[in-house]
Amino acid sequence: MSGVAPALGAPPPSDAGGAGGAGGAGGEPRDPAHRARPATRLDRLRARRGWRTLLGSVVPVSWAVTLLLVPYVLLLAQSFWRLRDGVITHELTTENYRRLFGTPLYPATILYSAGVALRVTVISLALSYPLAYVLAFKVRRHRTLMYMAVIIPLWVSYLVRAYAWKIILGQDGILNGLLLSVGLIRAPLTVLLYSTAAVVVALTHIYTPFTLMPIYAVLDAIPVSLREASQDLYAGRWRTWLHVTLPLSLPGVVAGCTFAFVLSMGDFLAPQLLGGNDSALMVSNLVWSLFGVAFNWPLGAAVSVVMLALTLALLAVAGAVEARGRYGQVATGAVAEYAGPI
Amino acid sequence: MRARFDPLTAALWTAAAAVFCFIYAPLAVVVLYSVHDAAIIAWPLRLGTLRWYGVLAHDRAMIDAAVASLKLAVLAVVIALGVGVPGAFVLDRFDFPGKAAFRRLVLLPLILPGIITGVSLLSFFSFVGLSLSSGFPLIPGWPVVLGHGAALTSVVVTQVFARLQRFDRALEEASADLYANEWRTFWRVTLPGIRPAVLGAALLVFTLSLDEIAVTFFLIGRQNTLPLQIWGLLRRGITPEVNAVATVIFALSLLTIVLWSRMMRDEI
Repeated sequence: MSGVAPALGAPPPSDAGGAGGAGGAGGEPRDPAHRARPATRLDRLRARRGWRTLLGSVVPVSWAVTLLLVPYVLLLAQSFWRLRDGVITHELTTENYRRLFGTPLYPATILYSAGVALRVTVISLALSYPLAYVLAFKVRRHRTLMYMAVIIPLWVSYLVRAYAWKIILGQDGILNGLLLSVGLIRAPLTVLLYSTAAVVVALTHIYTPFTLMPIYAVLDAIPVSLREASQDLYAGRWRTWLHVTLPLSLPGVVAGCTFAFVLSMGDFLAPQLLGGNDSALMVSNLVWSLFGVAFNWPLGAAVSVVMLALTLALLAVAGAVEARGRYGQVATGAVAEYAGPI
Repeated sequence: MRARFDPLTAALWTAAAAVFCFIYAPLAVVVLYSVHDAAIIAWPLRLGTLRWYGVLAHDRAMIDAAVASLKLAVLAVVIALGVGVPGAFVLDRFDFPGKAAFRRLVLLPLILPGIITGVSLLSFFSFVGLSLSSGFPLIPGWPVVLGHGAALTSVVVTQVFARLQRFDRALEEASADLYANEWRTFWRVTLPGIRPAVLGAALLVFTLSLDEIAVTFFLIGRQNTLPLQIWGLLRRGITPEVNAVATVIFALSLLTIVLWSRMMRDEI
């Protein structure tokens, strides 16, 4: 989803117990403690009066089936349909997938998008870990306020955040202006805007708060006593970080990196605005043009299905890694509760 | 607090401050250029005109788009609450076959890139033959309304479900013991208990719907929404009017956040 905003209702978790208890909403259940609470005796008594259960579940379930399951399945089905003279026929074929993997352009696009997403992920992590660390361990007063200050930009229009970089990086932009006035360059640089680097910078700007949220939640959940114990055993700050804080914060890092990667790989507006000719090479732009311009929906559906499979595989791996960590559910919970759609 | 200068801590604080600058500088740039006294956005910045706000106030298409976006957001909130709150109760309280699948399905739009949800809904509406501009007069078309509802219901389910899991069910049993019927128990005990989550989710859905592009892009009928209108402006060549509308949106979001955190302080 392109526009993303965090929930403001609840402040960030302040202790491991409270946050852990609330963590169940994120993703799918991974361990018994993570699973939805079983129905109580009262629920079962009520459920025996079947009509209420039926009435209560019929609307949400049929809604989800009609507007989520059927469309996603239809997308999958469509990727196996044949396009004949610009008309979609319902005869099954693997032609779309053969074309997808047989034409160098398509795998190259997926690789290029993954490369952009990877760069965004690495930079976002490098930016948000120190900030999350400072927020969790160094800030004493107004911590919630400062955390909110990081999150607030997510409430600002997505387009505005993407387009701001056009003002900064353009040929007559601020960066060129500053460099000229300092004398570092003689003529305005034209390579700043409409480049892969511009897309990476803008996407990093847009998605860094997402990387920060789970990392902060996990760091915040680490009991002070663990770090104190490490220092009591004469470990310095580096060793404490390396052997105690870092391993415990890994689930947050994994969750944050997953969001940055998935979100930036699925982005198609910032690349179109800032990426120039390269933007045609992002996989979401490919889907966009196959559906919106070329009207080859079956091929577009096939590209979407590949993208969907990659995303789900990545989420499954990340989920497994997070579940192994002690504060894994804090990481997922942080985003489920404090973030909107991913 | 140690008064001694500590290079490691100083480096951390510097890094944190730099990241804050990185996050806020682009927003500051947009706001400053909304009072830029020239038709072309270029360096150097010439501060001191409100004429772009004047241009904005007379931009009929932009105002129509804003009105359409507001209508769409209200409808999205109504649908998302109407389906999402019962959905959260279903997940919290009922056991039925396929519950885990239902849960995963509802959360999918949160996890998947918006464009995938967008094209699958487009395929769906085209398959069932619902025209993108069908609907009552004066409201956005059915597909885009249903699409926003489908994509954003997950937000309500997630938030309300998380709250329900923390909700102390003994309160409901106590209410039942005091001869309140289930309806009364729901209105007087359960609903007040989950109210912050419901209100929070409603605001979140409203904001997200206002800013939604990926799904809207594929499902929009005749009338553009605000983000699509801005997108069109960005594609056509930029004037500081874009900065003016961006600044207005920014100011309104800040106002919402302040009001909201005030309200929530009393609520929790």
